[in-house]
Amino acid sequence: MSVAEFVSMGGYGFYVWGSYAACVLAIAAEIVIVRSRFAAARRAAGGREPSA
Amino acid sequence: MNWFRFASPASFYPLAGRLAPWFGGAAALFAAAGLYIGLVAAPTDATQGDAYRIIFVHVAAAWMSMFIYLVMAFWCAVSLMFNARLAAMMAQALAPTGALFTALALVTGALWGKPTWGTYWAWDARMTSELILLFLYLGYMALRQAIDEPRRADRASAVLALVGAINVPIIYFSVKWWNTLHQGASVSLTSAPTMAAMMLTGMLLMALAAWFYSIAIALTRVRAIILERERHAGWVGEAALAARGAR
Amino acid sequence: MTAAQAAPRPLPAPGAWRGVAWAVRRDLRLALRSKAELGVQLLFYVIVATLVPLGVGPDSVLLRALGPGVLWVAALLASLLALPRLFAMDFADGTLEQMTLSPYPLPALISGKIAAHWLATGLPLVAVSPLLGLQFGLGGDELVVLALGLLLGTPTLSLIGAVGAALTLGLRNGALLALLVLPLYVPVLIFGAGAVDAVRTGLGAGAELSLLGAGLLGALVGAPLAAAAAARIAID
Repeated sequence: MSVAEFVSMGGYGFYVWGSYAACVLAIAAEIVIVRSRFAAARRAAGGREPSA
Repeated sequence: MNWFRFASPASFYPLAGRLAPWFGGAAALFAAAGLYIGLVAAPTDATQGDAYRIIFVHVAAAWMSMFIYLVMAFWCAVSLMFNARLAAMMAQALAPTGALFTALALVTGALWGKPTWGTYWAWDARMTSELILLFLYLGYMALRQAIDEPRRADRASAVLALVGAINVPIIYFSVKWWNTLHQGASVSLTSAPTMAAMMLTGMLLMALAAWFYSIAIALTRVRAIILERERHAGWVGEAALAARGAR
Repeated sequence: MTAAQAAPRPLPAPGAWRGVAWAVRRDLRLALRSKAELGVQLLFYVIVATLVPLGVGPDSVLLRALGPGVLWVAALLASLLALPRLFAMDFADGTLEQMTLSPYPLPALISGKIAAHWLATGLPLVAVSPLLGLQFGLGGDELVVLALGLLLGTPTLSLIGAVGAALTLGLRNGALLALLVLPLYVPVLIFGAGAVDAVRTGLGAGAELSLLGAGLLGALVGAPLAAAAAARIAID
């Protein structure tokens, strides 16, 4: 399969890449949001956290 | 080893921190393999063309949306039965991810529907039930948000999640009924192309990727929740006591 | 005087049914004091049902097709509107807390409250629905099935709604109750409206009505328990 064929996905490129892009973006956004929430929580806890 | 030691938020916190990166790494590996199969290796479908490749993310998202709700309901039941804070926090940590996968299932389902059956939204039984599942997730999160006192929020949302879990099969059954009543025994709009073995492998790999990802992100979120809610606990003292006890 | 006569006899433990009866009588008495409020809720049902033809046009074929669904959705919304009054006043003045401490089982008291609530807010909907059905051009047996379905369905809506109302006690946001409860209402809606459609196509509404009946029985058993648990959570 050539690159051009890969991108166009048999003419369904918008749908296929739209779906995969939606998933990647959503998951990336969730990771960023959760990490920043965790960082903020750490700051608010004054750097103290439970340790084993 | 006494596993109940990890039932307290303070002792679960470091364990979650150690586990999360491993699950994240596993998720990335499974995703890489699944994406390769889904986008490159699996052959083009005869009837649906390359549009069918959406199935690899759609099915993973749909499965996770339902599985996470069950796990969430499980932790809610545990939290009510044992009055356990950490179980309630785990449910709280899972809900946003479950809602996200439900939304992704709906979006990818719509994008799959348009080229395959000509319409973005067809009111078929599975997608309509998925939409109602999204409302159930959002309701859980909204109820938590609306109650200020954390323990009341834990218990109330736990009751809601369990009521929802009991109703999900009833809702699905009624929506299926509704769909066949109004469309007759027509085309099953969520029928997938006949599965080649490689397609099944691809779907399983993506499902595993989604599962490990969910665990990793929920463990991280629960750590944030533990810090937010347990700020006032005397961890420094607890950690020192634990260290002294271990020696 | 014998020892048996001298010792005080213990009071009989209050049974669940007496609790139900007490709650029904009390709540009905309270409801009848605010007849205007109940009238307004009924009027809401009528107005919503009237809005749809105004929105889609007077085409009688279209209205006949839409009728059952519209009347059921309007009934759901009217039911939702009436829900907060189930617990709001008792919660505000502390009576609900007294109920949790009473010797009567709380689920019994709550069942009584729900029964009275349905009699005051749900039964009127059932009574008015055939008239509204005529507005949509529904035929005789369709009207019967509509009313019968609502008769079985509206108590279920009250029961399920009571769980939602108990969970959201004292919270400011009224729309939250709708978000929590409407997804759970979906099966009742589907079978209720579906029953009328079934009778229209000649299939007979036996299956749908049986399912509504089964749903009512399930709700009768489960909802008071869940609502009692939710009420305790809100009060403790």
